[in-house]
Amino acid sequence: MEGLTLSDAEQKYYSDLFSYCDIESTKKVASNGRVVELFRAAQLPNEVVLQIMELCGATRLGYFGRSQFYIALKLVAVAQSGLPLRVESINTVKDLPLPRFGASKNEQESRHTTSYSSDTENQGSYSGVIPPPPGRVQVKKGSVSHDTVQPRPSTDQQESTSPVVSPQQSPPTSPHSWRKHNRHPSGGNNERPLPGPGPFWSPFSEAQTGSSAGDAMWSGHSPPPPQENWVSFADTPPTSTLLAMHPASVQDQTTVRTVASATTANEIRRQSSSYDDPWKITDEQRQYYVNQFKTIQPDLNGFIPGSAAKEFFTKSKLPILELSHIWELSDFDKDGALTLDEFCAAFHLVVARKNGYDLPEKLPESLMPKLIDLEDSADVGDQSGEVGYSGSPAEAPPSKSPSMPSLNQTWPELNQSSEQWETFSERSSSSQTLTQFDSNIAPADPDTAIVHPVPIRMTPSKIHMQEMELKRTGSDHTNPTSPLLVKPPDLSEENKINSSVKFVSGNTVADGYSSSDSFTSDPEQIGNTVTRQRSHSGTSPDNTAPPPPPPRPHPSHSRSSSLDMNRTFTVTTGQQQAGVVAHPPAVPPRPQPSQAPGSHVHRPVDAEGLITHTSTSPQQIPEQPNFADFSQFEVFAASSVNEEPDDEAEMHPEVLQVEKTSDPSSSLRVAKPDGRVEEKTAASAPANVGKSTTPLAPPPKPIRRRLKSEDELRPEVDEHSQKTGVLAAVLASQPSIPRSVGKDKKAIQASIRRNKETNTVLARLNSELQQQLKDVLEERISLEVQLEQLRPFSHL
Amino acid sequence: MAVCIAVIAKENYPLYIRSIPAEHELKFHYTVHTSLDVVDEKVSAMGKALVDQRELYLGLLYPTEDYKVYGYVTNSKVKFVMVVDSSNTALRDNEIRSMFRKLHNSYTDVMCNPFYNPGDRIHSRAFDNMVTSMMVQGC
Repeated sequence: MEGLTLSDAEQKYYSDLFSYCDIESTKKVASNGRVVELFRAAQLPNEVVLQIMELCGATRLGYFGRSQFYIALKLVAVAQSGLPLRVESINTVKDLPLPRFGASKNEQESRHTTSYSSDTENQGSYSGVIPPPPGRVQVKKGSVSHDTVQPRPSTDQQESTSPVVSPQQSPPTSPHSWRKHNRHPSGGNNERPLPGPGPFWSPFSEAQTGSSAGDAMWSGHSPPPPQENWVSFADTPPTSTLLAMHPASVQDQTTVRTVASATTANEIRRQSSSYDDPWKITDEQRQYYVNQFKTIQPDLNGFIPGSAAKEFFTKSKLPILELSHIWELSDFDKDGALTLDEFCAAFHLVVARKNGYDLPEKLPESLMPKLIDLEDSADVGDQSGEVGYSGSPAEAPPSKSPSMPSLNQTWPELNQSSEQWETFSERSSSSQTLTQFDSNIAPADPDTAIVHPVPIRMTPSKIHMQEMELKRTGSDHTNPTSPLLVKPPDLSEENKINSSVKFVSGNTVADGYSSSDSFTSDPEQIGNTVTRQRSHSGTSPDNTAPPPPPPRPHPSHSRSSSLDMNRTFTVTTGQQQAGVVAHPPAVPPRPQPSQAPGSHVHRPVDAEGLITHTSTSPQQIPEQPNFADFSQFEVFAASSVNEEPDDEAEMHPEVLQVEKTSDPSSSLRVAKPDGRVEEKTAASAPANVGKSTTPLAPPPKPIRRRLKSEDELRPEVDEHSQKTGVLAAVLASQPSIPRSVGKDKKAIQASIRRNKETNTVLARLNSELQQQLKDVLEERISLEVQLEQLRPFSHL
Repeated sequence: MAVCIAVIAKENYPLYIRSIPAEHELKFHYTVHTSLDVVDEKVSAMGKALVDQRELYLGLLYPTEDYKVYGYVTNSKVKFVMVVDSSNTALRDNEIRSMFRKLHNSYTDVMCNPFYNPGDRIHSRAFDNMVTSMMVQGC
């Protein structure tokens, strides 16, 4: 006979059939009996069969060698396609469908044949497809030959017996796909694969009913549900016992099946395909997937990391490129990990692929992880719109729900709109997404609102400022007002930055400066935050504007409270000032000249108020010195505890600078704060600090620093901690208010409440501190007097 | 209208390069290759500046009479080079930025794929689709 050219599919199929017929495992000769059976199963008239046999030379040779067998098969195909049997037709007929043989248990086979013919391009799957029939045949040992072409229909009719039948049908590919793996190593040994189908056969047997049979499998063309193949890269090969069971039952069924009407097969097939969703995961499949998931990740709500998934799916021996594509399809949220749903989808796709079904371009609807509203999703699946999978929403990872809902709904749109997709991916919890929270990104997802700094409370701060002004003017203690007045300008410019950076202020202030809660002056915060805020569209330039000390880590709300505090402080300060001895005309603590420096009074207040004063309050300047004073005061307080005269000096930096005792500790304290404060207040308190600089700078710094770097100052601070601690505590107690709700009335009200509380506490503190300040001042005065008295003596 | 989009690895070999008019593909390859010098120049000029998105986007690398070349570098020194046709209405800078952002996102998604080995050529279909959409619509 002339040379026979076979396509790859044909080659494989024929070889499988040959193996099937090669009961003696001679690999050379197909037993006549088997061959005849096979040919009969081809449902060709007997004379045709005889003709074929004659043509292929078997009659001549007396046996079916491989080549004869192949030729015979080809002729069968020719005959089945209705073409006249000619020797020449072997090679001349192109695109000949593969010969179809009645499938006993071979719904699979027939399915394969159909799938072969339809999926000739799926070369990869062929080997998988082909093995099963022969393999199965071997298992069944003789049950075969009747290869009815009707795969499904017979199963339909076999429903009663379906447990075994359906497995064969439904996961036609399973065994063979499984086989595929084995084939490669075994090189055609059909025995081995047998164990493979067992496992899933068992699950199938239970579940397999008409429904399962009816599903996916039916459409001869659509990819059979990839139920099969699970075991392929799963783990333990099923026990052969199962197989034994199956073959037996299969045999019975095959007999029954063979009876099945071939005519109905097509109809049924057509019907099934109409509702069949090849991508639908049956319950057994799903259960299997879930079990597999558990082997990797016991927690069903957890994730399978990418690496583990990679190993797992690599076992399926699919090409990396396809696995990569499957991953792309199934990793819905692009987080590099698979949830249960995603895992099932991926598994399903792998099984489908192994069974020869092309991977879809988009994730089929039934495979999409059910998050929220899958109904909204558009076509997606090329198969029927069944969302049978949606039954698993419960398993949808809750963690993804925030972004998922919107994602789910917009998934179809996202598919089409890359822009949305981009937004989504930005929104997704995936850490890999770029943290590009540029303001020009319009996140539809409310979640992003939290991320994006929302300018808020531009007005509140102003309002606060105004309030403070009013209070100032209205109060008797207007002394501080002057410095305060100076503040507003700064504040105003800071305020404008405020809006953009308000949110940031909270950030920047996060330096443990609990007191900063009250402190959260917008200007300061803005200054700091601006400097630190990267992505915020360039509001940074205004860094230098706000002089006040670095903003506290508190969000803007606290700022409001701080404003109140400032107000309170200024009030108290005013009081203090009134009652206090004329302060030495020390250099105004802050560059702001207007401040009536006297700030001894101010200082303690300011110290506390500094925190607050930086907040938009116009007290920036005065508070700075106050702030400084406060630190001094604290030092002083501490010293009062220790009764160190040096503290007094500390307390009045500007005054005592000259006389400043070189108390190492105190100087250290000052120095340290200086350093710290410098850093912190560098941007924020430029102008103000200009004048007083050192004296003032340190005072606030120690406080701030203390709060901020407790550890460093702790030893020194401990002493001071009394007041400052209280103050800090009070300030810190202010809850950080989410910036995003700045405009939220409730939040504002809550914050107002909090602030008021804080205010009262701070007011109390203030009064106490004022009292202490008075005492300290008196001591100072006395000490100064003494010093004066002693000085002349020192010259002696 | 981006006519060519290329993803260059850290070692300056292309991970992905695609151009629209196929006939000029070689020319675009060459253009992208030469633009790498400019990219390196810009990157080194930035020095150790803190990395933020603004610095990821390098801007116009150099214009020619026919087209303009824009660059974008990621934190891992993977470079995206985009060649846009000058004849099109000059794309606004923001649009270029958004295109790069999308590219970066898609690239990140490709990276997430455990089956993708960094350094391999990018075969992801999703990435291809995204690039195609960018090249077709130009924004």
